[in-house]
Amino acid sequence: MKELIKQVVECYGPAGNEKAIRELIAGIIAPFVDEMRVDNLGNLIALKRGGDKKLMFAAHMDEIGVMVTHVDKHGFLRFYPVGGVSPLTMLGNRVVFENGTTGVIGSEKLEAQKDLTLNKMFIDIGASTKEEAEAKVRIGDLGAVSREFVDLGPRLVAKAMDARVACAVLIEALKTVANPAHDIYAVFTTQEELGLRGARVAAYSVSPDLGIALDVTRTGDTPSSMIMDVSLGKGPAVKIRDSSVLCTPAVRRYMEQVAKDNSIPYQLEVLEAGGTDAGAIQLTQGGIPAGVMSIPCRYVHTASEMVDYADVENGVKLVRAIMETKYTG
Amino acid sequence: MLLKRLSEAFGPSGCEGEVRDVLTKELESYVPSWQRDALGNLIAVKLGTQGPRVMLAAHMDECGLMVSSIDKSGLLRFRKVGGLDDRVLVSKHVIVGSKRVAGVIGAKAIHLQKPEERNQVIPLSGLYIDIGAKSKEEAEKLVKLGDYAVFATEFGYLSDTVVKGKSFDDRAGCAVLAEVLRENYAFTLYGAFTVQEEIGLRGAGVAAYALEPDFAVVLEGTTCNDLPSSEEHGYCTSLGGGPAITVMDASVVSDRRMIRELERLARENDIPVQFKRSITGGTDAGRINQTKEGIPVVVISVPCRYIHSPVSMLSLKDFEYTVKLVKLFLRSIEGGFVI
Repeated sequence: MKELIKQVVECYGPAGNEKAIRELIAGIIAPFVDEMRVDNLGNLIALKRGGDKKLMFAAHMDEIGVMVTHVDKHGFLRFYPVGGVSPLTMLGNRVVFENGTTGVIGSEKLEAQKDLTLNKMFIDIGASTKEEAEAKVRIGDLGAVSREFVDLGPRLVAKAMDARVACAVLIEALKTVANPAHDIYAVFTTQEELGLRGARVAAYSVSPDLGIALDVTRTGDTPSSMIMDVSLGKGPAVKIRDSSVLCTPAVRRYMEQVAKDNSIPYQLEVLEAGGTDAGAIQLTQGGIPAGVMSIPCRYVHTASEMVDYADVENGVKLVRAIMETKYTG
Repeated sequence: MLLKRLSEAFGPSGCEGEVRDVLTKELESYVPSWQRDALGNLIAVKLGTQGPRVMLAAHMDECGLMVSSIDKSGLLRFRKVGGLDDRVLVSKHVIVGSKRVAGVIGAKAIHLQKPEERNQVIPLSGLYIDIGAKSKEEAEKLVKLGDYAVFATEFGYLSDTVVKGKSFDDRAGCAVLAEVLRENYAFTLYGAFTVQEEIGLRGAGVAAYALEPDFAVVLEGTTCNDLPSSEEHGYCTSLGGGPAITVMDASVVSDRRMIRELERLARENDIPVQFKRSITGGTDAGRINQTKEGIPVVVISVPCRYIHSPVSMLSLKDFEYTVKLVKLFLRSIEGGFVI
């Protein structure tokens, strides 16, 4: 499964331009689903038939990135953030555009490091003039961090683990599920990083009986980290709340019960800040019961997000078991 | 001139009636039927026989003020309606309430201010609207609690091509939409003049929900800061640079297929266009895009300097190019452009 994770995390796909990652995922899952369509916001909605109730899984395929806003006469690009981008983690990073153009992020001279803000930073694509730069990149183009996947053995590191590792979990579960107990709608959503936008309209059109978002969550297991009772290696997390959602208690209990019945390790998650697609799904139409399974992840929204491989494997087991267990809540 | 009448109309968020009247009167002979929904959105319906259902939207409301209490001295305390900058309020002429009473936003004169007061923005609590009434009773004959006020700004020409007036955000968009509605199209076109955009994109969402268009174009008067205080890479749009197309703002990612088509039309017809180079702020497009199963949308704006203030400026050339570009886009839909 590591090869699958490598493939999806390394793919280009900033929020608002998910075409490449969508086509990659569509190609992988096509043999394992009954129907597939792309909606107006670019969500990939796949259906695997299996039962009378509709169970929707949502894993977002977009990643954070940058949008080019200006090209100066020396060929430097100015940019705005797309999603939760921190200047600290962007400095010195490489970004890649849809056509493969790569640039490095530099900064104006600063009096002090704390003065580092995104509007003092620029992208250098190796052009010397405005014309040369504009032949490769234009205003409005979206860039994403470029960084290779690294296998550390028990732990994996890459950009865009948020939430491509969740996409990989959903793909793997779709591939291996034996007897789905529901009509499984596997939705690979867009624009999550910009406000859960894809999931909102996808939930409207799918109109599921139950929605489960698959995403990453933060951890409290690094030196002097924030206090949070989630650690790498203790299993996938069943979310209780984040700033977007109070997970429907019946859904949380169902997810926990499935984990217990199948002897899959899991941990409970209370996330102080941050949101997931479940927040949008839950408030769609007349309200949809919603839950979240998260893969614990260190260094979220950096170029090197780290997950535990056993958590990923157990995440696949839990998602597959949920697909195969009737929801009666 | 329609832009003048729209600019001078009294229409803060939640009180758009006068703008609605200007539009229905102006377009009487061009629009076969109108819808008016529960929030006050005004929708020009031009049913077609083939092709997609297209929604064009421009918001009628402007930022304004609301009377929140009347002092015994006859002065009116107020709250802001929409995103006005406290610093632009003092010493402005305003028009208040359904009787359209003239007033002035007053504050303590500089002679009476303490040194520390001179160094700070006057808070709303230090401002009031003075309508010349000597007592609460006298004021209450003219104004009631909850009455709205807007800036009393006359439309005017600064040069042959540059005009000034209040509320070009988004009466410029309303005027563009009105021009477009004077022509007929083969497909079904909904011209939605929306309400309450400035207080949270409220009208557009319910309009899109009811109309269910296949795609939508939002017409705006957007910020333009091609000014000495900004560095060039901080410009959002430039006055005279042509219609501004939004790729992304805080509320929406515009549909790339529509952007590409607009770019093609502009190139082939020698219309200058620019991309809006900031991603802050939101428009009705955000709400429309997120309606029901998702509606593809693009935003086209007339660049306007000094929006959300008593007086804004725009270039009539930008305005005319915007009208031309939108019309070309609609003709392209007739010619088979679909999403």
